[in-house]
Amino acid sequence: MFYRETGQFKTSYGADQQIFPIRQDRIGIVLLLAVAFVGVPALGSEYFFSAILIPFLIFSLAALGLNILTGYAGQLSLGSAAFMAVGAYAAYNFQVRVEGMPVLVSFVLAGLTAAGVGILFGLPSLRIKGFYLAVATLAAQFFIVWCLTKFPYLSNDSSSGVISVPGVSILGFDFDTPRSKYLLVLTLVTLLALAAKNMVRSTTGRAWMAVRDMDVAAEVIGIRLMHTKLLAFAVSSFYCGVAGALYAFCYLGSVEPDGFSLDMSFRILFMIIVGGVGSILGSFLGAAFILLLPIFLDIVLPALSELLHLPFDGATVSHIQLMVFGALIMFFLVVEPHGLARLWQIAKEKLRLWPFPH
Amino acid sequence: MARQIGEVILDLRNISLRFGGVKALTDISFNVREHEIRAIIGPNGAGKSSMLNVINGVYHPQEGEILFHGQVRRDMDTHDAAAAGIARTFQNIALFKGMSVLDNLMTGRNLKMRTNFLQHALWWGPAKREELEHRRKVEEVIDFLEIEHIRKTPVGRLPYGLQKRVELGRALAAEPKMLLLDEPMAGMNVEEKQDMCRFILDVNDQFGTTIVLIEHDMGVVMDISDRVVVLDYGKKIGDGEPEEVKNNPEVIAAYLGTQH
Ligand SMILES: Nc1ncnc2c1ncn2[C@@H]1O[C@H](COP(=O)(O)OP(=O)(O)O)[C@@H](O)[C@H]1O
Ligand SMILES: [Mg+2]
Repeated sequence: MFYRETGQFKTSYGADQQIFPIRQDRIGIVLLLAVAFVGVPALGSEYFFSAILIPFLIFSLAALGLNILTGYAGQLSLGSAAFMAVGAYAAYNFQVRVEGMPVLVSFVLAGLTAAGVGILFGLPSLRIKGFYLAVATLAAQFFIVWCLTKFPYLSNDSSSGVISVPGVSILGFDFDTPRSKYLLVLTLVTLLALAAKNMVRSTTGRAWMAVRDMDVAAEVIGIRLMHTKLLAFAVSSFYCGVAGALYAFCYLGSVEPDGFSLDMSFRILFMIIVGGVGSILGSFLGAAFILLLPIFLDIVLPALSELLHLPFDGATVSHIQLMVFGALIMFFLVVEPHGLARLWQIAKEKLRLWPFPH
Repeated sequence: MARQIGEVILDLRNISLRFGGVKALTDISFNVREHEIRAIIGPNGAGKSSMLNVINGVYHPQEGEILFHGQVRRDMDTHDAAAAGIARTFQNIALFKGMSVLDNLMTGRNLKMRTNFLQHALWWGPAKREELEHRRKVEEVIDFLEIEHIRKTPVGRLPYGLQKRVELGRALAAEPKMLLLDEPMAGMNVEEKQDMCRFILDVNDQFGTTIVLIEHDMGVVMDISDRVVVLDYGKKIGDGEPEEVKNNPEVIAAYLGTQH
């Protein structure tokens, strides 16, 4: 009974089309943002920022990018990490090669570069779908990483493509502590998530979903498939590109092409599968889940072995981690394809009726 | 009826369409006049759906030409057809399953939207204004089809009959000049059929929409159509007013041969 829209009658279409039509959701989001922007920075430790929150936000952004392409527009991609690499290296190049380039501008340019590369590798989607398209994006994954290793120009002639990015400074303020980096990343991710939410609830998003659900009907309505698919590739890669730039500039500081491996692309894919395909919220839930699960198991498994007097060594723990991972992916693929976001929604629907069972 | 049947606005001339060795359509010619309800009938596999697909550019005939709005073309292009005001429904419902009824209908208006994705990302300003403006139009269609109660429901969860109605709604949301309906009443019960008939007649009457309709129920066809084309094995075997067609020996033979 605490969570419900009953009694909140919409008297105009404007009120009905708000970003969060239910009041409790609006309050929830405001609280969450207050905690993220004010509460957490006041209380969090350095470790918490740099090892958990910053990577969580960055991977949420990458997952959001992939979700736009796969969840909304229905085009499967296995190249997310490669598009992050494009963003990281592009931002680096704009920073070191252009005198006085503002760092935020180089992030935007990094996103745009990734968008351009995304469009290029999105071209096969005009002809092929599903599994075959996934294989084509796999080519992007390997080709991009290969290029970054192969052409020293792209890494400013550093050995084996490793780049160490310069410090982040905006309008004279140095973002050199984990806390300040966290706030910078949080701000950018919040803005981009808002933009994504707005896109998916307007014509752009409806065109993506139309192409995903029934491309012939979409075409007959006048939606241009080529334009719609390539726009999805561009926007998705933009998000991944910015995520990559943040990954280099605000998380690791130093990256190499092999760091953006197929393994990482798969992890981003698992994030949206677990979190929810076609859900903005799901991108965040999935990223949190996939990043936190290993940390959680690291703590729980040794304790468990202690308790049950089982001789777990390090290797067993990592095997168990993989098995739990695999089982969860299977669970979400088979039982709940809409992921944690859907479970959350079901919980809210239950809460709406609570305490009455029907 | 207030409506007046006008000039020929769509003229199909000697259309032939093949899929490999299969001749789906052979040398078919017929026309459609403004504001009329034109039925296409014929046994299964006669080429009726293929005909609609030629009209709105999903299929491209190997031979023939199409005159539409005074312009002669080799074939149509889906986007041009939609932009020229042709909307349609499909024999096997082709709704956007993951989207709500409202979103399906809003998608139907996409060609009337002028804002771009950057404006959408910002939302405030032009994108929001446009969204509201089109929402108002879509709500008119929702009222017209009496589907207010399901506007927020994902279409995948709706029963078959309602899905058919929503698909009509998506086509109507585009405010089309010409509506192509592929078996809009197939698989419906009597009551649903009556509703659908009423909607089709109302659309034709109130908005003057020209309608090309494929239907198996002869009773319905004879009742609501102004003129009927009969196809059989990809060939045209009859064309004229319902009475005329009903008494055509070739048509009777085709129907006796394949259907009851
Ligand atoms: N996309 C296609 N590919 C191959 N054959 C097709 C295709 N569409 C229709 N046909 C063939 O064309 C013929 C006419 O089909 P159709 O137009 O669907 O008939 P109707 O709608 O009258 O039942 C059939 O033999 C069908 O198999
Ligand atoms: Mg058919």
